[in-house]
Amino acid sequence: MSQPDFSHDGIRTARGTAFRYLFMLCALLSILTTVAIILTLLLDAIDFFAQIPLVDFLTGTRWSPTNEPIAFGVLPLISGTLVITIGSAMVALPIGLLTAIYLSEYASDRQRAYLKPALEVLAGVPTVVYGYFALVYVTPAIDTILPVDLSTFNALSASIMVGIMIIPMVSSISEDAMSAVPDSLRQASYGLGATKFTVSTSVVVPAALSGIFSSFILALSRAIGETMIVAIAAGQTPRMIDLTDPAGMFLDSIQPMTSAMVQIGTGDIVGQGPAYKSLFAVGLTLFVITFVMNLISELVASRYREVYR
Amino acid sequence: MAADTGETPADGFGRISRTKDVAFRLLALAATLVGIVSLAALLLNVAVDAVGWLDWQFLTNPPHPNPYEAGFLPALVGSIAIMLMIALVTFPLGVGAAVYLEEYADDGYLTRFIQLNIANLAGVPSVVYGLLGLGLFVGLFNIGYGTVLAAAFTIALLILPIVIISAQEAIRAVPDSQRQASYGMGATKWQTIRNVVLPRAMPGIMTGTILALGRAIGETAPLIMIAAPTTVFGLPNSFFSKVSAMPLQIYNWASYPQTEFQYGVVAAGVVTLLVVLLTINSIAIIIRNRYQQRT
Repeated sequence: MSQPDFSHDGIRTARGTAFRYLFMLCALLSILTTVAIILTLLLDAIDFFAQIPLVDFLTGTRWSPTNEPIAFGVLPLISGTLVITIGSAMVALPIGLLTAIYLSEYASDRQRAYLKPALEVLAGVPTVVYGYFALVYVTPAIDTILPVDLSTFNALSASIMVGIMIIPMVSSISEDAMSAVPDSLRQASYGLGATKFTVSTSVVVPAALSGIFSSFILALSRAIGETMIVAIAAGQTPRMIDLTDPAGMFLDSIQPMTSAMVQIGTGDIVGQGPAYKSLFAVGLTLFVITFVMNLISELVASRYREVYR
Repeated sequence: MAADTGETPADGFGRISRTKDVAFRLLALAATLVGIVSLAALLLNVAVDAVGWLDWQFLTNPPHPNPYEAGFLPALVGSIAIMLMIALVTFPLGVGAAVYLEEYADDGYLTRFIQLNIANLAGVPSVVYGLLGLGLFVGLFNIGYGTVLAAAFTIALLILPIVIISAQEAIRAVPDSQRQASYGMGATKWQTIRNVVLPRAMPGIMTGTILALGRAIGETAPLIMIAAPTTVFGLPNSFFSKVSAMPLQIYNWASYPQTEFQYGVVAAGVVTLLVVLLTINSIAIIIRNRYQQRT
């Protein structure tokens, strides 16, 4: 909105300009925040890498910041994060996608008015509450129902809880993408005698694929950054995943990156030692991974927005 | 018997497809409900467990190693103090940024960069904001480990992108004809924003901000990173008091092995936190519904 200013009153113009710059400062604060995040993480991470070589950090397979022998290999933490991400993806992606199809293709306006806010509640519950649920209700329940040997702290119930938390993320963005698919495509398909099932799975989903993809990445990025659920319920055992033993991967205690950060954060480690500085190195790793995923999701989403508008 | 004969066209393709169609519809409905039902079951469980533990004494006592004397008051007051500070910080900053982006900024390179940056900030993990708070507010500005101010500033930065995005939506919803009418009567840009745009957008901005505060009150990881004490016995009495918060106290209690804590005290804490959260969100929804009817 560029509007000619007809006022010739100098004071009024000056005040208008002052407010303009004041508001601009507020907007620039967001860029300042990003810069501050990067600088904070980078400066302390550089200190850390001065003591522990970058190669050792990125390729080491043992993480033991405080107990001898000290080791700062980030791979066990990344594999812990991977286990949680895979587990929560197996819960949230199919459920979220089916939910989006139901909301977009099957549900009446009335049903949608109840279901959508109810789904949003899933993302609104504090994560510490989900973590507590996983520890005291889900783990004992799985232990009684399934004939498996489940540890008190395990990746399974933590993944299920993270998965439930990110369902609305997948479903709401995917549903937006499906609603943006032009109705003419559906009508053409119905005209050929297709059922709603065929229309949903063969026309709507493929047409909305980039939006669905974008929602998947965003949800997984959220799962990677999720902290309290894993810190409470997944345990504190940094270990490499054993791909030959998928059950052991989920039934035992693990330690994702975020959980390791909480452990260092709640510990008594102070001062400038590598254990304290490793917090920032892991934080930087986490930031870079989630930042890249969010960016990809944003780019993919902006592409699909252009296709149908 | 038609279900497994999908390959034979002789059976009539309409009927087979319809079976699949109904099955798929039910599957999709089940998927839609599974998360909601699971959460409802868990909430029911925790509500039942909290019975007998959530009483006046729990709400007015300080924490105690004996589960029967443990209370939630310092955490409850701490959370509310942090939340009020966050509201004071984020509201002007968020509205200012939104006004700039919607009313002043052109559609140039800088604006698009700021917009993309805000979207990205909304996706940064909360634990990373905790490190920012640790480095910036605790380290550089020396506000002190786990103080009310450090906690409020850290979480304020975390929810600022959400506040900006919702305020932008509210401002965008103000019809352009009203701005033109204001300009037509000789008002300046700032007068138009102050007298026309902001009053019309205010209910939407309030709703968005209050919902963001609901998110803020449940945040735990940033508080852990700025080394907020998990257990505090006294009430915060200044900006520089060490402060605990409800989610932090819950996190701390959840690690106690005694059954009285795991299935009693923590359940009471969780229910208290959820009731406060529900109250905040209800206020936001009441504001929204009230003004929606008028316009």
